[in-house]
Amino acid sequence: MDVSLDLLMNAMISGLLLGGFYAAVSIGLLGMAVYQVYYVAFERRDDQSLRGLSFFFGLLFIAEVGLILVFGVDYRSVNARYIGPSLQLVLFDLPWRLLVPFLVSMAMAIGLQIFLSRSFLGRAIQAVAQDQLALQLMAANPTRIKRIAFGLSIATAALAGACLIIIQPVEPSIGREYIGRVFAICVLGGLGSFPGMMIAAMTLGIVESLTSTFFGPSWAPAVAFGVLLVTLAVRPSGILGR
Amino acid sequence: MRGTPFILILIAIAAVIFGLARWLDNSYAFFVGYVVVQYIVLGTAWNILGGYTGYVNFGITAFFAIGAYSSVVLHKLVPAMPLPAMIVVGGVMAGIVGIGTGYLTLRLRGVFFSIATLALAVVVQTLITNWDFVGGARGAYVLRPRVAPLIGGGYIDYLFLIMLGLCVAALATARAIERSALGFGFAAIRDDEAAAEASGVPTLRLKLIATGLSGGFMGMAGAPLPFYVTYLDPASGFSLNYAVNAIAMPLIGGTSSWLGPVVGAVLVGGLQEYLRVTISSAVNVLVAGVLMVVFVIIAPQGIVGLFKRKR
Amino acid sequence: MTALLHVEGLGKRFGGFVALDGIELEVQGGERLGLIGPNGSGKSTLVNCICGTLQNETGSVRFADQALDGLSAHERTRRGLARSFQLPRPFASLSLAENLRIPILYAVNARGTGAIAGPAINARCRDLLGEVGLAEKADRLPRDLTQIEMRKLELARAMAAQPKLLIADEAMAGLLHAEVDEIIALLIRLNGQGVTVIMIEHIMRAVMEFSQRLAVLVAGKKIADGAPKDVVRDAEVVRAYLGE
Ligand SMILES: Nc1ncnc2c1ncn2[C@@H]1O[C@H](COP(=O)(O)OP(=O)(O)O)[C@@H](O)[C@H]1O
Ligand SMILES: [Mg+2]
Repeated sequence: MDVSLDLLMNAMISGLLLGGFYAAVSIGLLGMAVYQVYYVAFERRDDQSLRGLSFFFGLLFIAEVGLILVFGVDYRSVNARYIGPSLQLVLFDLPWRLLVPFLVSMAMAIGLQIFLSRSFLGRAIQAVAQDQLALQLMAANPTRIKRIAFGLSIATAALAGACLIIIQPVEPSIGREYIGRVFAICVLGGLGSFPGMMIAAMTLGIVESLTSTFFGPSWAPAVAFGVLLVTLAVRPSGILGR
Repeated sequence: MRGTPFILILIAIAAVIFGLARWLDNSYAFFVGYVVVQYIVLGTAWNILGGYTGYVNFGITAFFAIGAYSSVVLHKLVPAMPLPAMIVVGGVMAGIVGIGTGYLTLRLRGVFFSIATLALAVVVQTLITNWDFVGGARGAYVLRPRVAPLIGGGYIDYLFLIMLGLCVAALATARAIERSALGFGFAAIRDDEAAAEASGVPTLRLKLIATGLSGGFMGMAGAPLPFYVTYLDPASGFSLNYAVNAIAMPLIGGTSSWLGPVVGAVLVGGLQEYLRVTISSAVNVLVAGVLMVVFVIIAPQGIVGLFKRKR
Repeated sequence: MTALLHVEGLGKRFGGFVALDGIELEVQGGERLGLIGPNGSGKSTLVNCICGTLQNETGSVRFADQALDGLSAHERTRRGLARSFQLPRPFASLSLAENLRIPILYAVNARGTGAIAGPAINARCRDLLGEVGLAEKADRLPRDLTQIEMRKLELARAMAAQPKLLIADEAMAGLLHAEVDEIIALLIRLNGQGVTVIMIEHIMRAVMEFSQRLAVLVAGKKIADGAPKDVVRDAEVVRAYLGE
């Protein structure tokens, strides 16, 4: 294998950019919280959690088959002026197709983080995952907060999906790959830690990009789970977890 | 043995079903019967972990495909190997993978366990797709013998018989668990893990038993698949249909007893086959998903639960 | 004779918050110990650390001459520790009788001696439910119980494990006067059969009637330990309860 510095460099760069995009998807960290919340709503360890989860799994399946019925199983892509050309810098190229989603994702992730840590609503969302009663004492309605959090997380995920089609062609079942990825990132970063999530997303982006460059793209989906297993075995609390 | 009469009844029912299919002498009946019985095994396997201990496994295809692909490998290495031996190997492989992933992921709370299993399915699929020996992404052809060993007739007769045997084993296991200390331990885990530990239940060990049994039966259900389809590629072996059906059928039938997956598989499997013939194959796959969502909302105890006395 | 339970320098934090700080506690076999302290002082956390539901960061727990450190909760239960949870945690899908069956199957029958089998298990479950006054509801599900009945179920489930040491974590909160007397009588009867009992309680009447010795926890520290009459007169204890 011809490992040139140039190739390595470009792989690293696109890895970083890809990592930024993953970070946006992983704001589904929030999605996790939502899941958790739903789970609480369906009565914690009660029989209902089984049904709550299966309910979402059913929705996933229906959405996927629905997309197949409408768009077929083939890969689809879009055209835009910025897909194709690259921003040429001295040492490396920055492809616009990655740079645009990177910037959008970063803006979104940082914006969300500020919202979550600064605004009343954002703090209430973080609180609802921890302590419903305390939240009620703050005169906030947990159900309303959960609804907002859920909507926000779905919207974020949808925006991330829109970015994905800029990066690469997509097909209806591609979402399943991302569930594993997002999950690996959240666990690696430490559940609930924003900086941890950022670091983990960048790391996974780079490792995946290096993997596809040097071993072939068909191996990329396995990277996330490898990372997940190693994390669980070595440090279950994640990089920045408590 | 307390369970012996039950097993004898199951065997008798399986024999009657098989005799009926032979008497009909219609290979279509065998093909449909195989699919439905396969789903009884898959649903029962899922229910051992999901229904009894409350850990929801979304990665059914990983275990199912491990069974299927271990048969592909064995068939290439030892073509003369009898199918039951392949089923044992496939089951053991999938069971080991179940215990291994269980060991790493069962420390995760409910939701996270489920997502981890979904990720496992993606990874196993990636590994198989990149493994040229089993055909990689192109898939592999498996020559099905024309005549069934031992019983004569078409090979599909033999596959159906084998699957019926697996089904008897799976149901007998599930019912034995329900009535044993193991079943009570599983229920305690499902209801409250900390309280179970405080009552002396070795939760990790029990959960590993459940993942091992559940994964093992899924692998066994998958082992005859290459001979049934004769051409196996990752896209079909890892189809989400298997996963959705294996979850939907116990939920629709009822997760609290061994009977639930049977009722669910017969009803949903039959309905799917009917829709496939009468309307289209695209609609029939939607059925399980839609029915599952409807049932978890309006009939959380499943069909069996509707008929059970309310305590 | 060495103590049955021996807690040494036990410390537990939640993030930056120190919940328990260098707790020393000895309980002799056959003793009845009362453990009191204001809400949030760390009593339940101490129970959780002793029983293995939580892992303590520092210090050690010895029970019946064996170190328990690193053992999981179920191993501790099998060695003879049992506790009731302050917030009841019944097995929701099992009937009351089946709730008690779990510790019999997994704690009592795992000990090698004194295993209970067959119909005797059910009989034993019903006896125990009778002792806490829940005999009529043996076949009902926990969701049919009141919060107070759930506390009784908690206690019965801990008793079903046939422990050497039973820790009752606020088992009497909300009970009527007569019911408190019943539970105290039950615990004293149990103690008479050789079971060591630690009772965590806010109802001072119950504490004083039950305890042979009293320990006081305030803000994660043990501030007093001794004869009940002396402890309640201790200046520091009075200050902790009544403020300056
Ligand atoms: N799992 C936990 N996470 C964080 N803090 C906890 C946890 N459990 C208890 N605490 C805190 O530890 C302190 C002691 O709690 P606890 O042992 O329940 O007190 P007590 O039983 O004496 O009322 C309280 O301030 C409580 O908020
Ligand atoms: Mg307490």
